[in-house]
Amino acid sequence: MAGQEAVIITRNLTKLYGSITAVQDLNLEIREGEIFGLLGPNGAGKTTTILMLLGLTEPTSGQALVKGLDATRQPLEVKRVVGYLPDNVGFYDDLTARENLLYTARLNRIPPVEAEKRVILSLEHVGLSSHAGRKVKEFSRGMRQRLGIADVMVKDPAIIILDEPTLGIDPEGVRELLALIVRLAREGGKTVLLSSHLLHQVQQICDRVGIFVGGRLLAVGPVALLGQQVMAGKPMEIELQVEPDNEQLISVLRSLPGVTAAERRGAFIRVCCAAGCDIRPQLTSDLASKGYNLLYLRARGYDLDDIYRQYFQGEGYHETLAG
Amino acid sequence: MKRWQASIKDWLAWFRQQQWSSGGLKTVFQKELADNLSSTRFTILVSLVAVAGIGAFYVAAQNIRQVAGEADPQFVFLRLFTTSGGSLPPFITFISFLGPLLGLALGFDAINGEHNKRTLSRLLAQPIYRDDVINGKFLAGLAVLAMVIVALGFLVAGLGLLLLGVPPTGEEIGRLFVYLLITIIYVAFWLSVSLLFSLLFRQTATSALAGIAVWLFFALFAGMLAGLIADGLFPVSEEAPPARILHNAALKQNLGRLSTTTLYDEATITLLNPDVRTLGPVLVEQLEGAVAGSLPLGQSLLLIWPHLVGLIAATMLIFALAYYFFMRQEIRAG
Repeated sequence: MAGQEAVIITRNLTKLYGSITAVQDLNLEIREGEIFGLLGPNGAGKTTTILMLLGLTEPTSGQALVKGLDATRQPLEVKRVVGYLPDNVGFYDDLTARENLLYTARLNRIPPVEAEKRVILSLEHVGLSSHAGRKVKEFSRGMRQRLGIADVMVKDPAIIILDEPTLGIDPEGVRELLALIVRLAREGGKTVLLSSHLLHQVQQICDRVGIFVGGRLLAVGPVALLGQQVMAGKPMEIELQVEPDNEQLISVLRSLPGVTAAERRGAFIRVCCAAGCDIRPQLTSDLASKGYNLLYLRARGYDLDDIYRQYFQGEGYHETLAG
Repeated sequence: MKRWQASIKDWLAWFRQQQWSSGGLKTVFQKELADNLSSTRFTILVSLVAVAGIGAFYVAAQNIRQVAGEADPQFVFLRLFTTSGGSLPPFITFISFLGPLLGLALGFDAINGEHNKRTLSRLLAQPIYRDDVINGKFLAGLAVLAMVIVALGFLVAGLGLLLLGVPPTGEEIGRLFVYLLITIIYVAFWLSVSLLFSLLFRQTATSALAGIAVWLFFALFAGMLAGLIADGLFPVSEEAPPARILHNAALKQNLGRLSTTTLYDEATITLLNPDVRTLGPVLVEQLEGAVAGSLPLGQSLLLIWPHLVGLIAATMLIFALAYYFFMRQEIRAG
């Protein structure tokens, strides 16, 4: 579903704050129509990168191109095609939701009649139409975030950049928000770039992700591919929950063919397999024959959490994976 | 000749396009204007200034017969602004003292307020030039202040007509207009000061306090400090030579003029009191042969021309600083 044309390209994008390197030699390509997740811990340089893409911060060196426009040289043109939802978005508290959006529409020089229409439509889209006349200071965190999405939609940009869109929202709110973002990308044909440090959430909706730590982009690619690459050549680890969970369980697991180690980790039991060996196909029957029932099974290394941890632990820090 | 005209036309078109192509200035201006007019703090301050001004004016009107009776009855209308009555200081003192508060109130949270509400990055991500934001805010503040000052001036002038029954002469109206204009410039100076502080300090409370501190310093302490320095450099005792006394007085006055409040006070008193013929120390011999009488408007203006230029320059300088800081500011949220 993603087109092949790159709409955001960065070339050796670098930003220094004094002696601190916020972003170093970033080379990124984001294709038309895809949802791209920029993942990394706080202070990894995600926001700085986004500000440079919008021309709000000048890069120390390198170039950021958005739809072929240089973000530093032609910020106005870039800002016309990019909608930006800042981290922890704010609104004018004394104005109503509708008035806030109308202000955005006016700043984008949308004619008044059209603006009214778009505001009503986008408020409806995010489920806030019944609150349109309320002052924003009465809004909850989740409502503000949804209003932020509506604010971006009023502008109707081709590219949407969301900085930590799910931060500080309850799980139900996150689910709705992510569904909204997916709808925007799939139905509206928008290119979405979102940054986050919350992996589970982003994993569900991103076509591709980039792992960003300490100002460097460490890996780019679809989540599944990244997992395989990170775990390539390493022995498989499996997390299990088994009942009855008695004392003999660990020794029973250790005695299974192909298992090198088994130990308790919180509510789960982690089992390490011998290199190149996958015990999962036989595991159920092996356990059942010994009178155990399998409740939960997960192969580690195939979701972002594990990929992420690999980089945080410093393993493969300077390894670059092909996207 | 034709090519020359065409190139000017091209340049003007380019300039207009550059100036207005984003349309941001107008939109920001309109929004800030509405915000200012509907804000509670603005209502409170305008009421304060208006009540103080009109009160002073009313008392002056009660006492004016007596005052005007003593001296020559010229410029009775202007005397309404400069006459103090009983315990109340005159109208111009009130405006000079409280006017800066109006300017400070409109600007102290202009930029850091947006920053703290986290609206600044959203605003700047819209397709507008960055300076549209600060220009729009400054112009909207200026427009509101000008409206208030002109309205108050006309209100007082109208009341004067009712209470006195003496119509103002053309010269008096001219002086009143120039007075209002200078007041607008003076208050604009304070607006740009507060705008600058709203950029330098992240907390709105800090920038408000800093603005008030500068205002108090200029209004109260600058004069005292000037006196102290002048007395230190040229001590004036009982038997001091006249030259030293003169030096002392001149230095004190010139140091005092570093404060825009002094500049404004000197300018307004010269304007509203045509009998003021000079602002510096005068020797008796210089008065020899002088014809007693008041100055025409043109001469009064000549006298305060440096003050006017100084006020405008100070306002522009401070605004330019604010502009510079705003354009260089990093807009990271948080």
